[in-house]
Amino acid sequence: MLKDITLGQYFPGNSLAHRLDPRTKLILTVLYIVILFCAKGFVSYGVVALLLLTGVKVSGVAPRALVRGLKPILFIICFTAVLNLFYTPGEALASFWIFTITKEGLVTAFFMVLRITMLIMGTFLLTYTTSPIALTDGLETLLGPLKRVKVPVHELSMIMSIALRFIPTLIEETDKIMSAQKARGADFESGNLLQRARALVPILVPLFISAFRRADELAVAMECRCYHGGEGRTKLHVLRYQLRDYLVLAAYGAVLAAVLILARFGL
Amino acid sequence: MKPIIRVENLTHTYGENTPFCRSAVKDVNMEIMEGEFLGVIGHTGSGKSTLIQHLNGLLRPTSGRILLGDRDIWEDPKKIRDVRFRVGLVFQYPEYQLFEETVYKDVAFGPKNMGLDEKEIDRRVRAALAFSGLGEELLEKSPFDLSGGQKRRVAIAGVIAMEPEVLILDEPSAGLDPAGRRSLLENIRAYHREKGTTVVMVSHSMDEVAENVDRIVVLANAGVVMSGTPHEVFSRARELMDVGLNVPQVTQVAMELKRQGVDIDPAVYTVADLRAGLATLKGGRR
Repeated sequence: MLKDITLGQYFPGNSLAHRLDPRTKLILTVLYIVILFCAKGFVSYGVVALLLLTGVKVSGVAPRALVRGLKPILFIICFTAVLNLFYTPGEALASFWIFTITKEGLVTAFFMVLRITMLIMGTFLLTYTTSPIALTDGLETLLGPLKRVKVPVHELSMIMSIALRFIPTLIEETDKIMSAQKARGADFESGNLLQRARALVPILVPLFISAFRRADELAVAMECRCYHGGEGRTKLHVLRYQLRDYLVLAAYGAVLAAVLILARFGL
Repeated sequence: MKPIIRVENLTHTYGENTPFCRSAVKDVNMEIMEGEFLGVIGHTGSGKSTLIQHLNGLLRPTSGRILLGDRDIWEDPKKIRDVRFRVGLVFQYPEYQLFEETVYKDVAFGPKNMGLDEKEIDRRVRAALAFSGLGEELLEKSPFDLSGGQKRRVAIAGVIAMEPEVLILDEPSAGLDPAGRRSLLENIRAYHREKGTTVVMVSHSMDEVAENVDRIVVLANAGVVMSGTPHEVFSRARELMDVGLNVPQVTQVAMELKRQGVDIDPAVYTVADLRAGLATLKGGRR
């Protein structure tokens, strides 16, 4: 059933990682990516791996869930590995026909795979520990200064939260429409690709119509409650940095400095 | 009369093997007789919708079975589509499932899926529209240009056009105004009368059920708690109220009269019956 699909991979919890301010977590994620890209050698990659492991441990997220998240990008990882393996010039280790594997290629491929894997896992840690609402809230506050240059920050984050809010609703609706069309003998499971695509029309048309209807109703409901955009709007839950936020940020800063120094020496 | 559908020990559990596991219907046994007009009533969440989705094979029982004629409908899962043609199900608010460019094409969707030829499809579409009280002038219109009530009728016609042996309607009159409600129910009654097909109507409006059906099945807390003729069911007013349902307004009037000492059958369920009852009373006194 469609209903069984979980969207957004938020795992509710009460770990330190869950309690951190969403803004802190967003900044940490950016910092983490920067650190990851600064790493050059085995030692600095080791430091980043340690950082990631600490994060996983603290958040209490099952490592299996993180690995599962890698599945959709498995192809990209393999592709990058193969490309780097064969197209890096340097000292040849083995060669056959037009392919040559170099020592440098082997090392680069290894680091590239490591880099992408850790990048994905690290960013997943953010979505695993932060609810979508907290995430948009944090994003809105962080991007607040951009309002000065006329970027509609509030509107964008509102769009994001509404979209997230309506995903389950639309899934339920799709389920209902599918059942109704099946009751009239619609067949979604057999036929070639073209026939299957055509079989979707009886689902998509009502779904779009209902999405537009809902959008319309929501707009009216919001206007009835005097919604007029972000200006002068205050928040029920105001985000405040706690001591733990500063401490974690400082720790990340230290790791960044360490990795920069290590990279300087080519480690 | 012989049963056309038999439900045997039907249980359906949502989210099995998860912490959210919940039985929507539990060990339900019931029969639907050939040619009858059956009413299924129950409060919100009593398992009505889950039950009827089993009758045409949209849901598969967790345990128990559904017999259509004498055969288990899940005997050959590949043929489940044929069951859906024989047992037509009209969902709640069916107008939200219209999708074609014209009324004609939308009503023809079911018959087309059955693989009928053009001529037969044409005959069925016209007959179905007539049964649901729509004129031929609507055939080439877009279903999205119609009024809410008309859309509902088009959607019902879409199921009737398959000429099912059993027609199941889930809250067919929900959200319509009183006039629309009355005329739609009149159309459904006429369809039942003229075609002689079995009709099952799910509702939580006592008045609506009382005025239309031959027999009632009452669902509560995921199971069948009562079944019988309207007179039998409505004479057990107390039990109905205990499971969060009520009796028709006319019955309430009769019960109150009885309580105040008037000698009258409290289980009347139509205005005509109450009037007749009161008339004999008056005659008796004079």
